[in-house]
Parts: sequence; structure tokens; C-alpha cells
Amino acid sequence: MTIETTYLRHDRPLWRRLLLRPEAILIAAILLIVVLSILGIPNYLRPNPGYTISTLLLNAAPILILLLPLTLIIATGEIDISVGSTLGLSSASFGLMFASGIPLPLAAILSVLIGGMVGAFNGFLVTVVGLPSLAVTIGTLALVRGIAVGMLGTTSVTSFPSDLTSFVRSTVPGTPVPWLIVVFAALAIVFGVLLHFTAFGRGVFAIGLSTETATFSGVNVGRTKFVLFVLSGLTAALVGVMFTLQYSNAIGSNGSGFELRAITAIVLGGVSIWGGTGTLLGAVVGGLFIATVNKSLQILGIGDDAIYVITGSALIISVVVGSIASVISTRRRATTSTA
Amino acid sequence: MTIRQIKGVATAAPRAPRQTVLSWIFQARELSLIVVIVGLITVTTLTQPQYLFSEGGLRDLLRTPTLYIALAVGQAIVMITRNIDLSMGSILGLTAYFCGNLFHEAPFLPIPVVILLTLVFGAVLGSVNGFLVAFLKVPALVITLGTLYAYRGISVLWIGGNFIRPEWVPTEFKQFALANVFGVSNLLIVALIVVLIAGWFMTSRRTGRDLYAIGSNPDAAVLYGLRTKWLTLIPFVISGTLAGLAGVVYVSIYATGDSKVGLGFELQAVAAAVVGGVAVSGGVGRIWGVALGAFFLATLTTALPVLSIPSLWQQAIVGVLIVGAITLDRVFFLIRQNQARKELSA
Amino acid sequence: MRFSNIMRGRHGRVAGVAAAFAVSAIVLAGCSAPAGDTGASGEANYNIVVMPKSLGNKYFGASDAGAKSAIEGFGGTYSEAGSNEAAPTSQSPFIQTAIQNGAGAIILAANDPQAVCADLESAQAAGIKVVTFDSDTNCRDAFINQATVDGVAQGLVDLAIAKFPTEPAQLAIESGGPNATNLNAWVDAIKSKIAEQAPNIEIVDVVYGNDVDADAYNAAKGVITAHPDLDGIIAPDSVSVKEAAHYLSDTPELQGKIWLTGLGLPSELRDYVKAGVFDQFGLWDVGALGQLAAYTAKALIDGEITGAEGDTFSTPIGDYTVGKGGEIVLGPLFVFDAKNVDDFDF
Repeated sequence: MTIETTYLRHDRPLWRRLLLRPEAILIAAILLIVVLSILGIPNYLRPNPGYTISTLLLNAAPILILLLPLTLIIATGEIDISVGSTLGLSSASFGLMFASGIPLPLAAILSVLIGGMVGAFNGFLVTVVGLPSLAVTIGTLALVRGIAVGMLGTTSVTSFPSDLTSFVRSTVPGTPVPWLIVVFAALAIVFGVLLHFTAFGRGVFAIGLSTETATFSGVNVGRTKFVLFVLSGLTAALVGVMFTLQYSNAIGSNGSGFELRAITAIVLGGVSIWGGTGTLLGAVVGGLFIATVNKSLQILGIGDDAIYVITGSALIISVVVGSIASVISTRRRATTSTA
Repeated sequence: MTIRQIKGVATAAPRAPRQTVLSWIFQARELSLIVVIVGLITVTTLTQPQYLFSEGGLRDLLRTPTLYIALAVGQAIVMITRNIDLSMGSILGLTAYFCGNLFHEAPFLPIPVVILLTLVFGAVLGSVNGFLVAFLKVPALVITLGTLYAYRGISVLWIGGNFIRPEWVPTEFKQFALANVFGVSNLLIVALIVVLIAGWFMTSRRTGRDLYAIGSNPDAAVLYGLRTKWLTLIPFVISGTLAGLAGVVYVSIYATGDSKVGLGFELQAVAAAVVGGVAVSGGVGRIWGVALGAFFLATLTTALPVLSIPSLWQQAIVGVLIVGAITLDRVFFLIRQNQARKELSA
Repeated sequence: MRFSNIMRGRHGRVAGVAAAFAVSAIVLAGCSAPAGDTGASGEANYNIVVMPKSLGNKYFGASDAGAKSAIEGFGGTYSEAGSNEAAPTSQSPFIQTAIQNGAGAIILAANDPQAVCADLESAQAAGIKVVTFDSDTNCRDAFINQATVDGVAQGLVDLAIAKFPTEPAQLAIESGGPNATNLNAWVDAIKSKIAEQAPNIEIVDVVYGNDVDADAYNAAKGVITAHPDLDGIIAPDSVSVKEAAHYLSDTPELQGKIWLTGLGLPSELRDYVKAGVFDQFGLWDVGALGQLAAYTAKALIDGEITGAEGDTFSTPIGDYTVGKGGEIVLGPLFVFDAKNVDDFDF
């Protein structure tokens, strides 16, 4: 909570501080986009508003869940770009185990554990061997994807029980909220509490600000990072199992490129890629923001080509303007304090 | 080392053997890469003599690496300054179509002019990255992730369902890629020139040395008075230009290409650089090591199908190589540190 | 606490600018987009959405153009929607969007037989007719088969038997993506037909070009190198046959030694066939494939057919009958050679 408390010491009125939070601005932007879309896009709420909401959330769910542990890792100043591949490995092994007759729940649990092992491998190389996480996870991105694709070869497994696959896609009765979002919400609360309300979470931010300071103030840096990588692997693998059921399709290429989408959401949500600052809520809202923009653009008949350009530019422009702003405010502060 | 040995004969003499061990470890990356490349070619050739001993065999062995070497050298120079360029694959795609399209739309332009314009286009795309990273102090990972998306999207928007048609590409240009000088493919000669210039620039030019300096300690580089902004910008311009060169080489080899050219090549470039001894944490890496790393990866991609290893597993092997290379580096580093410590306490 | 001030300023503006940018993008797109035709009136809803496997694919560029001309010919509204990557699930959001836009029919080349099914079933429940072409799914009203699996395989096997009637021959198959349903079916059918009809021919290997130029080139080279006694390659995939021809063209010593055929685009293979690198290849009229898909969608919307076996309907390009399992076959494989290859521009 270091970051929160420093905010409170500021001399602007509370309402302005709340409104200027990145989360508040992104939420306002999401609402604005939705309102504009409802007013401006004739088909936005067709065939019914529930369908718009449920498909938007369903498409966003895998990325939203993936980004939870990844936000914590980025907050420590590390990165894990192997999450998409871990998702694929979990999907492939889940399908393979299920096809070979292992009961589905057991296959699911084993697949999630395999993901945990990938995370532990990353964590071991980063914390024990002392390698940079970017290099390690670029390696495991290729390695794990290669195993996932090689394992299933030219086949894919699609014979999952249809009542289960349709349940995974279904919504909570009476609401347009998919069950996957319920899973996401539960995990988000767990990770949110972990990050913002525990000593472990304070350690995460402390590491991101300064590893040395964190060590001296008693944070077990190695253990914290290792735990985060394992959590990231477990979560990615869990998404892998759910994604497999969501599309009733186990294939090694599932989730390719998801790591970039998750990182984009996190950075848009105001989490610094250098570590130390940001909130889980910001990252989640960043993910929802991208999903909302995509939905509107898709209904307008705009394909992925233009959406790529817009996503990429939004990412660059947001960070660039943020950077200019911080330079200006540093200068302004410097002049006022000398004056 | 030699200088110190001569000056301080008494103290340096007992150290000499240890220094040799140390310098051997320094060289280990290049040596072991050469051994591995020779071994790989030998094993593959023993399995299938045609791999090497046929007209097409030797030619392809020597010309395919050019693509990888151009990308890897560019990536390495960026990584040496503690940055990364994830947009190289997308730049390769855009410049390849730019080059092919220029041949088609402006057949009156001489080939060298087309090549030059493509390189300039690559440099412009790269300088967008460099400008944003250097002058606005935004993390390279984020910026180049953004341009990875944006440049690829522009490719698909621009190219659509179109593609470079083989008949667009002048025959002389295709012939150049097939021809050789005393058995050495023209394209490999291009790659060697790139490596020589880049190696000379990085080791013998003031600017090159400064790039290592800002990579190994950015804060100290500022204090030392280096012009860090320019020094951050330059590598991105170089990597964009070399990605443009890779685009030209792609067109010369394949004489075709759609909006998907270069997809995922950024990771190959990072892999080649890392396998070649560049540290993601900056300040470390030699150009010729990187060139060997790229040559190795390229050879691997042509050798695997001949060895009847399904191409499906290729990515896994690349992953093992990256993880293995960085782990070995670390182990060597720790050994070195240990030795240094022992020396100090002795 | 200067640090927190900087960060607050940065956070707020980051989000604000991103938001402003996205909102303006949507507003701009909204202004330029055609007014949504919801088809709410009583007349038939000819609002038809065509989804290729991925945008920027030349084969689908040609088929989509055929569909466009047919749809506009009968007064319908054509739109194309799709993703940049041919990932199994990437078509899902665009199917959802078609539902929301009140499409009358979806014409889809499925990236995966199963992954899009849940959304396609929702579309069908919303009254949208679903026509697949090129690659089938497990959930649609009709499937336009360019040629039956049997027809494609037999067409290619006939070419092989004509070349190697009695003498022992070793052939290899070079396919595209290892997960493509139609390719795998063809490969299996080719293998079994060869075993049945031509005991003198042996299929020694199946390799994959992964739909990527460079991979397909290396796969062709690899399989020729790995099997020194290889007599020919059958490549039932447009990228593979093009790159196999390209490799042969680059390596004149192999021409005449390695026989080649496959399924490819005339525009890409024209030069090679005319230069005598290889003689014949097969395909269907890709534009007509798109047209037939469009006319089938219209017949489904009009209620002229339901997709049941035995339904017949007539189109400007001929009369067609729905076969077993809702399959409509475009026609037999068409064989291209140096004489007729100039007559086609796809």
C-alpha cells in the first residue's frame, strides 16, 4: 500500500485525486465508448444487450485471467512472456490425457500442475541461477510452444463432453455474465488481496522499486519472485484447460500471442513495465478497455488488420504521452521547489 | 593482458596460466559454436551426402544464413545497449513487400536504387522506435511491442490479398542471390560485409564502444557525459536498416511474399543474438559471435528436415538452445567470479 | 514524495490519452462505415458476410472476389471480416459480430472444424444460414467442396501414374499445415490410392511446409536431400508446390530428375510451368468456388434448398445438387499446363 498512502499525502481534494486515478479514467472511457457505440452503431445491442455483454466478456476472459499473476510479476520489475505457450502446453496435454482415457477432472488437474512446473522452471532460472526473466521466458516461450505443438502433432482433440463445453460458455442464470468471468472475479479478488493487502504484496512493490531496499527491509526477494512465476504458470495452465473447453478444441497452438495481448492490457492500465507501481484494478480495466474497443470496431465491420494498428498505436501513444507528462511535471516541480 | 605481463613481469607471471583459462572461457562461446556448427554439418552430411555435396546443397547452406545474420546483428546492437527490438519481424515484412512492389511499380529504377530505398524505408521504421525510446524515455519492450502490432497491421491493410509475384522481381536480382564467387554465395558475402562493418563499428569506433558503455551501466554513461539519447537512437536505426536488408534478401531468395512475411522472426533474431553471446541485460556480446549464432540457427533449420526430425519440434529445439545458452553464460560467469574472488583472497 | 506525483501525472494521462485515442478511432470508423443494414424488413436478407481463414491470403482473396461479384450480382450486401492469423479460435468474434449485425448468411472457410462451432450454432439459432467452403466444420447448413477428397486425390494420383506407369518410383508428399483438415484427408487418400492402384510407386515421406514460403522451400530441399533416390513430389498445397517448384528452379541439376505436381495457383506457378521446371498441376476455379458459395447462401436464404441430400438448385454458373452430408461439389479437378495457364488470373 505504499503507493496508495503516498497518494493520500497529496494536497488536492479527495474527489479530484480519485477522478485522476488511471482506473477511473479508463472506466470512464469504457463507459463513454459503450454510450457512443449504443448511440452511433445501430447493431450494437442486437440481437439483445445480453448477447453483446456476454460475448464481450467471454472473449476477454482468457486474457483477463492471464494478466492477474502477470501484473504481479511486472510489478516486481520482472516479466513472463511464456504464458501463452504455457496455455498451449496445458491445452495439448489436457487433450492428450483426456483422449487416452484419463478422467477429465484428473486430466485437468494434471495439466494445471504441468503449467506450475513450467512456472517453477522459469522461477528457478530467474531466482536461483540469476538470469534475466526476459531472456529466460523468451526461451521457454519457444521451448514450451514447441513441446505443445510437437506433442499433438497433426491431430487435435475435440471430443469433450458437450454438456461441459456448453456449461463453460454459459452465463450465470438470469445474467449476461459468463461463468468464466465468475472464475476470473474469484481469482481477481484473491490476487487483489494478495497484492494490495498483504505483506507479500507490499514486498512485490518493494522489489519493483528497489531490490536492495526490499532485501534490507526483510523481503525474501527470491522466494517472492519464485512464487509469482509458479502462480503465473498455474494460472496460464488453468486458462489453458478452460480455453480448451470453451472452444472444445485441444491444440498446441492455442493461446499463441496471448502474452503480448496481456502485457498490452497491463501497460495500458497504468502498470509500469519497470516495476514498482500500478494496481491490479488498473490492469484488469486495461484488459476490459481493449475488449470494449475491439467489440465496437468488430461490429463496425473492421477487421483485425486495422485493430492491430489501433491497438499498437494506442499502446505507444499512451505510454509516450505519459512519459512526456512525467518529464514536464518533473520540470515544473523542479522549478517550483527552487523558486 | 599482454601489456600488463610485459610491464609487471614479477606479479603477472604466475597469473598468466589462469588468464589463459579465463580468456579461453571468454572465447568459449565462439569456439563451441564453431564446433557445434561443424558437427551439425558433418552429422547431416554423413546422413545424407547430398546435404553438402551437391550444387544446391552448398549454395543453400551458405546463403540461407544471410537473412538470420542481418536480423541478429541488428538485434544484437540494440540488445547491447540494454534495449530490445521486437518489431524486426514486422519491419522485415513491410520492407520485403516495399521492395517487391517497387520493382513492380517502378521498373525503370535501377536495382541498387530499389535496394537503397528499401534500406532507407527500414531505417525510417526503425528510427520511429528509436526516437520514442531515446527521446521520450519509454521502455523499448513496450514501444517495439506496439510497433510489432502496428507495422504488421499496416502490412495487412496495405498488402491485403496481394503478394509479390515472381515475375515482378528482375531476373538479374534473383540470379545475384543464386550466384557465387569461388563457391561462396553472393548473399553470404553480403552478410560477411555486414558483420565486418558492424564488428569494426562496435569494437573500433568511439560510438560503438559508447554503445557498450551505456548498455553496461546507463547511469554511469550519463555521468560520464555520453550523449545517451543519440546512442540509444542509433541502434534502432541500425536494426531497422538491417531488417530492411533482410527484406531485400528475402525477396532475392524467395521472389515472392505476402503480408505474413517475417512473422515471428523477431524471436529468431533474439534467439540468434542470445545464442551468440549477447546478454539481455546489456553491455555484453561480440558481433562475430552473433553471426555464428545466426549461422547455427539457420543451419539447424535446414538440417532438421534432412535428419528427418519433424519440423514441429524445431521450435522446441530453438527454446532449448536459448535457455541452454543463457544458463551456460551464467555458469561461466559464476566460475569466473569465483576465480577472481580466490585470486583476491590469495 | 515527488515520485508519487510523477507517477500520478503519468498514470492519469496514460489512460486518458489511450481512451481519447480509442474513442476517436471508433468515432472515425463509425463515420466511415456504411450504415448497418439490419435486414429487418420483410424481404429476404441478402446481407452476407464472407470469412476467409485469414486476411491477406491470396487464395482467399480470389475466392472472396468471386463471392463478392455473385452477391452484388443478385443485389445482396457483401462484407468480408476476419483476423490476421489463421488461429483456430480467431474467427469466433467475427461470427458473433455477424449475429449482431443481423447477417442473412455467413460464408466461412473454417480454421478449425470444432473451435468455431459454439458460435456458429448461435448464429444458426438466430436464423443465419451457414455455408462453409474450402475447409469444413462440424456445424453448418452446406459445405461447398472444391472437389471431393476422392476427386482431388485421384486427379493427382492419375498424373503420377501417367508419369510412372510401371517402373518403380519413390515419391514424397509435401503438405501445408499439419493440422489442416482437408490437406490431411487428401494426403491419406493419395497414400491409399497409390497403394491400391500403383504398387510400383512408393510414398517414402510426408513433410510439411507450414504455409510459410521459407519453411516450404526448406521442406522441399530437405525431403529431396534426405531421399537421394527420390523421383518426385506431390504437393497438394499451394505454398508447398510453389516453393518446391522454386527450389527446383533454383537448382537446375534436379530438373528432369525430380518430377513435381500438386495443387497451386496459376498466377504463382505460371513462370515455372512455362520455363519447364515442371509440367502440370491441378486446382479448381477459385473464383467460381466463392461464387458457388454465394449462390448456395442465397438458395438457403430463399428456402430453395435446406441443405438436405438431393436438394437441387440452379445458379448462373450451372445446376448443382446437394450431396451426402450437405456437401455440394464444385467440379472435378482442373489440370493446368503451359498451354492453358495464361487463361487464368487468380
